[in-house]
Amino acid sequence: MPNATTIALIPLLPFAGFVLLGLFGRKYVKNYAGLIGTALLLVSAALAFYTAYDYFFVAGKVNGVYQQLNPMKITWLAFSQNLSIDLGLTVDPISVMMLVVVTLVSLMVHIYSLGYMKGEKRFSTYYAFLGLFTFSMLGLVLSSNIFQIYIFWELVGVSSFLLIGFYYNKPSAVAASKKAFIVTRFADLGFLIGILILSNQAGTLDFHQMIATLTSPESNAVKNAAASSFLGLSAITWGAALVFIGGAGKSAMFPLHIWLPDAMEGPTPVSALIHAATMVVAGVYLVARMFPVFSITVPAVLEIIAWVGAISAIFAAIIACTQTDIKRVLAYSTMSQIGFMMFALGVSKYGGEAGLGYTASMFHLFTHAMFKALLFLGAGAVIHYVHSNDMQDMGGLRKKMPITHITFLLACLAIAGVPPFAGFFSKEEILLAAYHGNTAIYWIALITSGLTAFYMFRLYFSIFWSKPSGANSHRHSADDHHHGEGGFAMMLPLVILGAGAVFAGFIPFGEFVSTDGKPLASHFHLMFSIAPVALGLTGIAIAWVLYKKQNSKPDKLAASLSGLYKSSYNKFYIDEIYLFVTKKVLFNLIGRPAAWFDRNIVDGFVNLTGNTTVLISEKIKKFQSGKVQLYAIAFLAGVIVLTVLFIYVL
Amino acid sequence: MNLLFLIGAPLLTALAVLLARSKQQVRWISLAGPTVQLAMAFALFYFFRREKAAGNTSQVLFEQNHKLFEALNINFHFGVDGIAVAMILLTSFVLIAGVLVSWNVEKMTKEFYFLLILLALGAYGFFISLDLFIMFFFLEISVIPKYLLIGIWGSGKKEYAANKLALMLMGGSALILVGILGLYFLGGNSFDMLKLAKTNIPENLQQILFPLLFVGFGVFTALFPLHTWVPDGHSSAPTAGSMFLAGISMKLGGYGALRVATYLLPEGAKQYADIIIILSAIAILYGAFATMMQKDLKYINAYSSVSHVGFSLLGIGMLTQTAFTGALMQMVSHGVMTALFFAVIGMIYDRTHTRMVAEMGGLMKVMPFITTVFFIVGLCSLGLPGLSGFVAEMTVFVGSWENADAFHRIATIAAAMSIVVTAVYILRAIGRTAMGPITNESHLQLGDARWNEKLAAIILVAGILAIGIAPGWLNDLLQPAAAEIMNRIAGK
Repeated sequence: MPNATTIALIPLLPFAGFVLLGLFGRKYVKNYAGLIGTALLLVSAALAFYTAYDYFFVAGKVNGVYQQLNPMKITWLAFSQNLSIDLGLTVDPISVMMLVVVTLVSLMVHIYSLGYMKGEKRFSTYYAFLGLFTFSMLGLVLSSNIFQIYIFWELVGVSSFLLIGFYYNKPSAVAASKKAFIVTRFADLGFLIGILILSNQAGTLDFHQMIATLTSPESNAVKNAAASSFLGLSAITWGAALVFIGGAGKSAMFPLHIWLPDAMEGPTPVSALIHAATMVVAGVYLVARMFPVFSITVPAVLEIIAWVGAISAIFAAIIACTQTDIKRVLAYSTMSQIGFMMFALGVSKYGGEAGLGYTASMFHLFTHAMFKALLFLGAGAVIHYVHSNDMQDMGGLRKKMPITHITFLLACLAIAGVPPFAGFFSKEEILLAAYHGNTAIYWIALITSGLTAFYMFRLYFSIFWSKPSGANSHRHSADDHHHGEGGFAMMLPLVILGAGAVFAGFIPFGEFVSTDGKPLASHFHLMFSIAPVALGLTGIAIAWVLYKKQNSKPDKLAASLSGLYKSSYNKFYIDEIYLFVTKKVLFNLIGRPAAWFDRNIVDGFVNLTGNTTVLISEKIKKFQSGKVQLYAIAFLAGVIVLTVLFIYVL
Repeated sequence: MNLLFLIGAPLLTALAVLLARSKQQVRWISLAGPTVQLAMAFALFYFFRREKAAGNTSQVLFEQNHKLFEALNINFHFGVDGIAVAMILLTSFVLIAGVLVSWNVEKMTKEFYFLLILLALGAYGFFISLDLFIMFFFLEISVIPKYLLIGIWGSGKKEYAANKLALMLMGGSALILVGILGLYFLGGNSFDMLKLAKTNIPENLQQILFPLLFVGFGVFTALFPLHTWVPDGHSSAPTAGSMFLAGISMKLGGYGALRVATYLLPEGAKQYADIIIILSAIAILYGAFATMMQKDLKYINAYSSVSHVGFSLLGIGMLTQTAFTGALMQMVSHGVMTALFFAVIGMIYDRTHTRMVAEMGGLMKVMPFITTVFFIVGLCSLGLPGLSGFVAEMTVFVGSWENADAFHRIATIAAAMSIVVTAVYILRAIGRTAMGPITNESHLQLGDARWNEKLAAIILVAGILAIGIAPGWLNDLLQPAAAEIMNRIAGK
């Protein structure tokens, strides 16, 4: 049986690393900071793998169903009798799977950074932040209380902020870190209000009880749902939709995605960990965690989720085709793949075969973590080598960086959905679920698969084949042989993740993860796979024609599609729209008038009161001049006035 | 524990400061006194918890009552409940930090420290008083030193600011005095809070007295639109003065608004609750938006205080037990946080000689300690979990949400929207000053925090973390007291 202490240690070890390195790293353990952080994470990962083994194979199923266990619960803040924020542990198939994913990728990034960040002045700070992030992410995954997940949700946000802005003297990094925090904060506002609504409806903050209450048709919350409607939607619908906004922000779903490409300003291993494999899938995880509520009680919201996912998937894929910064291509690719996971949840139903989408989504989350982390780490090695992010500065690197080349190729094949690599299996399941769930989304997904193969191989060919074409390309032509493609520390994670990208697809995922805990058989229909695989291969072939050797075809193609190309290259101007709203509306229309109003009207009134008092007293102080003659005149005048009054008026 | 120690210690410290011969003596005496007071505050906390754990259910503990002026029935009646204990802890934290950051005040050092400790005396006395007259007396003690602190040691338009602050707070005091006298005559010639809490004042008279007391205390705690002394007062005050002003003085108002106005006049509170909610929701959002446009670090924190303190008033207006608890938590949390914020701004100003955000950049490189603290306090301000602000704000939100009607919901959502605006202005301020390249070459020579500044920062950061990581102890202190107030509201 999974043991509470063991599981609690999984997040607490990285936290210990954060405290240790944060307090003493700069002065005392500077040189060993990386090793300390990595060692702690190694233990943490070992415990996570042990827990997974223990949970799936030793404890196993009870009555054919994997149980949800809550081995620990501490009351952190009690609002009232029923409503309290508890810090607890949830052990169920998806949380255990996430434990494995997070610790594995984090460990790889820790090891990789030993080489990649070597010589960095704030090396220990970097590892401290990595520890903080890993702790927060693991805490998020294990949450048993909706407020607990919100707490860790914010903590991963701030770790992401700190790591994006790690190179704090670069203005673009500072801007990107602010943008990431503020955009996700905006989404979190929705999440927070959603929590307030749902907890109020369910009368509890505990996930388990909340889901039970909100999905049971007998509960008062569900029965009275219609009565508590606002703008025609029930309170639960509002709550669930708002919670999803939080998830959409964190998972960079359209239109809250604008922070993700900019987040690439952070160190590349950070992008691999936070902005590819773990934090950005938190939104998917959140929807999966509350899946019964979405699918049973508020299917309308689930429909929205499906469409948001599908639109994000194709939207990002189109943009990815035209970007030239390799990290940005990968960022849009991440957004697109998360879109896949999101709509897979959206088209899924609860229970049995109809729950295929849910299993597929989690499966894709798992395989994507492997190959996307690999792609980022590979890109990091390339950037390390070329000292540029731009694919125009790259080319022909396959001989100089053999390990990076092979592993990168494996990851590209995996994401393109070529059998038998990992991505093929998970994507097939998603497509199948979409096919049965929502035909329109199925077609979108199919087209996106083709685009994915195209832009990934455009990237691959531009980096490893072709020739540099950019203005800076001379930089590495002569003197690039000083260092190889990176030391052992950087190559080991590539190889391990490469193995994941090849073999992860063979895991019978339906055995372990399904909506109701009952195993789900794997689905393979050869006929069904023909279309997506063929499309994928077509995409690869087009990329091969256009980008394998340097030629003018891509430019011609871009010219012939100038409108679309330009829009895509400029990311459909979404950033500009946001900029307009924040600058023009928030600052100029609300902020500035508020500040002006306060200084001039509110405070003006205070000053007016003060000045009037002074003015009046200035006027009347002459009466108290102390000159007896004046008093005598006033006295006389008073006597005369009174006399006149008495005689003539009264 | 004898509560008179809490007044005695600062009194003795203040006298000793007057007798000291050199600046150095003044400093060490001023540090020793508050250290003792901090220890006493912890002792009080410890004994209070022990009594409660032992099953003592009386509303106030360590009560003592000495006759002062029998003809008017004025008594030295002291006693503490959980709220007072929390506030006393807050005061002792802010005081010691304030003393530490002022270590290098050279101008009239003796008088400076004397006034600072006098302020603390006023605050301690205010929080332990159960007699409204004595309470008022201590409230006034904590106003006058501020006038001098700003007028003498301040900067910028200091005379204007000192006048404005003193006059506005005096105006508030006048309202409070009238309200207290009203309570005295209607409540059977008694100033005693515990007795007054048991007398039923007719509803129509409550409706007259409540606004007097609430607005009077509200001026102290920046009730919109009577908040304009806050930006000017803070920006002109010396660092320790700002810390005290925002950290403690504003809390005197919040405490009074809940503990006196709302508790003693529940019917009045119910009558005016909606107006309080509207005003505080405006203060929260409008304060946040106004902060966004500020260019001076002190103005940023001053306006942000208006916004944050709004949560306290919002919690009071919501009239639920959880919201009351949240309001009180916000007072404690904001007290520690804002004191730290001003301390950091002071440290930066001492080095760069500017408070203009645009004139700084990349300070993280030259002052890692100070900027790290700046980060922590900024994150606390924007409500990051693990730091105190989050706990308080969430409690207010959850408490507010217990009211099921649309009016309360909309007000809560409006207030919640401020968490985004807060993130915008905090990250702007931090991003411009601490991050980015160094914009001013001369800043490359600047040094990091000295021992006294480090100690002050560590003490306050510890306070923020103690609430943020394990809020249970604070909740345990405040919730029963909030329940007591709620019982009055519910008419039990």
